[in-house]
Amino acid sequence: MTGERVDQIFVVAKHWLLSLLAGSPDWVLQIASSLLNIAAVLGAFMMLFALISVLERKILGRIQNRYGPNRVGPFGLLQPLADGIKLLIKEDIVPARADKILHFLAPILMAATAILALGVIPYGRNMTPFSIDGGILFFFAVGSTTELGVFMAGWGSNNKFSMLGAMRAIAQMVSYELPLLITVLPVIMIVGSLSADAIVAAQDGYALAGIVPRWFVFKPWGAAAFILFFVSGLVESNRTPFDVPEGESEIVAGHMTEYSGFKYATFFLAEYFGMFAISGLAVTLFLGGWHAPIQALEFIPSYLWFFAKLALLLFVFIWIRGTLPRMRVDHVMRFAWTFMLPMAFTCILAAAVWHYQRGVAGWFYSFGVVGIVYLGLSRLLDTKKKFAPRTYRFAE
Amino acid sequence: MTPTLQFCLIISAALFSIGLLAALSRRHAIFILIGIEMMLAAANLNFVAFWRFGPQPQPPTGVMVAIFSIAIAAAEAAVGLALVIAVYRHYRTTNVTKLDQLKG
Amino acid sequence: MSTAAFIVIAVLTLAGALAAASLLKLIHAALCLVLAFLGVAAFYFLLGAEFVGLVQVFVYVGAVAVLIVFTILLTRPAEETGGGFNWAGIMTAIAVFAGLMWAILGTPTLAVVAPQIEALTVKRIGEALMTDYVWPLQCVGLLLTAALIGGLILVMEEKR
Repeated sequence: MTGERVDQIFVVAKHWLLSLLAGSPDWVLQIASSLLNIAAVLGAFMMLFALISVLERKILGRIQNRYGPNRVGPFGLLQPLADGIKLLIKEDIVPARADKILHFLAPILMAATAILALGVIPYGRNMTPFSIDGGILFFFAVGSTTELGVFMAGWGSNNKFSMLGAMRAIAQMVSYELPLLITVLPVIMIVGSLSADAIVAAQDGYALAGIVPRWFVFKPWGAAAFILFFVSGLVESNRTPFDVPEGESEIVAGHMTEYSGFKYATFFLAEYFGMFAISGLAVTLFLGGWHAPIQALEFIPSYLWFFAKLALLLFVFIWIRGTLPRMRVDHVMRFAWTFMLPMAFTCILAAAVWHYQRGVAGWFYSFGVVGIVYLGLSRLLDTKKKFAPRTYRFAE
Repeated sequence: MTPTLQFCLIISAALFSIGLLAALSRRHAIFILIGIEMMLAAANLNFVAFWRFGPQPQPPTGVMVAIFSIAIAAAEAAVGLALVIAVYRHYRTTNVTKLDQLKG
Repeated sequence: MSTAAFIVIAVLTLAGALAAASLLKLIHAALCLVLAFLGVAAFYFLLGAEFVGLVQVFVYVGAVAVLIVFTILLTRPAEETGGGFNWAGIMTAIAVFAGLMWAILGTPTLAVVAPQIEALTVKRIGEALMTDYVWPLQCVGLLLTAALIGGLILVMEEKR
């Protein structure tokens, strides 16, 4: 098969499956097409979820100088199967005075919003499940509904720790939604469209004779925006170093305290799917979506490039989790409002400067704007505490 | 039967009256705010319905008014809820029938 | 625009709104309000104004509903319920609904079917915002700033 056929193999398969239903009325075809898209997305991401849950533990183990799980299956790769069976056969405990409807609906709402957000990301050439005109806005609209799920979990458990954890989680998520949105604005400004397909198409092409791709992460405003978006994504998915809402030593398990068995697995799934969605969006907006990095490597299918970049971002998520300690919750808030928000606004300014001042001068000015604001902010926000020099005690 | 403008208007009228019901007949301040938000949503639905069923092609006036109205409703909800919190701090109650110190 | 979708979404929205207006526990009412807002957003999608539908979900469900829920949390009264009913209010609401229905059903020019339009893209809305509606846009920005500052001042603890 030629490269073109391998690239479009899933699209061709879907059209073949739909042709089996030819002759049905129009609405049946539409529903069947949507169902096939949904089944494909769910299938792919469930497998990725299982894989990442065991890979995370193995990578964390290696960072901490130990093996991860390695008993079940070759290299421990069948561990998700064991985990799934264990969680399914656990007793489902609901507190006696909990609000039963809220307690039941909270994990479902969180998982549903995370899966919905996965629907507008382009996974390959012509492979966006739902290609709507306001794709990016849909993503964020659905993401902001997650906070309601967290609140329902915290309130429905009738537990002070859950309520406190839920309030902390919502405060954190709401504060970091602003930098998340504002760092996406430069990309939308430069492309001129909210559709994810248009944004990926705008990062087409290569500069400098096919070596350097025209991705937004290689522009000065794009690099700053990518880093800010990534950090905000870390916070939105409640990952270390921002996992105060679910840190065991802080607040038991936050809003997930009173959940056991399969409902806890659903929360776990919702968190990972949120990670996948944010990483997928970061790949789409900044890393060129399904484009290849070098022109010579364009024969590799587009979906493989997308999942390779996604895997790279997930590895960075896991790496940061294994390396950094948890931040204090008021530090987290201060970081959002005093540092990330002004930097996000300067990304918009830098993108405008880059767009209207063509040529090398534009690159210089844009880089200058970002650099000056960053240096200024870091000087201003420095608390000027003097620490004693570090002493190390080694085991002799 | 294909949906007509009357159908959309009836639904938005029903939503408006339910909002009015919530605003007039409950005693808790937050319920009243819930009712007001429902009434605003019903009015926005009216705007968009009239834009859609009007003579095409026409400029997107109904849609623009709906967008601005959503923004204003959000601002009003924020200030209203801040007021409810401030009143609760003072009087320890959210029952609007008990807030009658200026009466008489 | 299929009729079945219209009817289903209409029933969902009105059921959610009725539940929000009549449930006794405040949290349940707030969450049924979220259902009603989602129903209205679905209506916007059906009517072809997708951007308004997305903004509705974003602002109403993501911001206003979270605000309402937080306020319920912070002003928890001794009793959880929202209090009883007031018959005058119910009569007024029914009277208003009857009046509106009489007006709507009595106007035959409103019984038109939707004409075909091209999709309203975000680009067109953006152009309209920046050319015809630039002054309302600035005013709304000013209003939101004033609301933000006012809300903060209302809720800030007084310095002792």
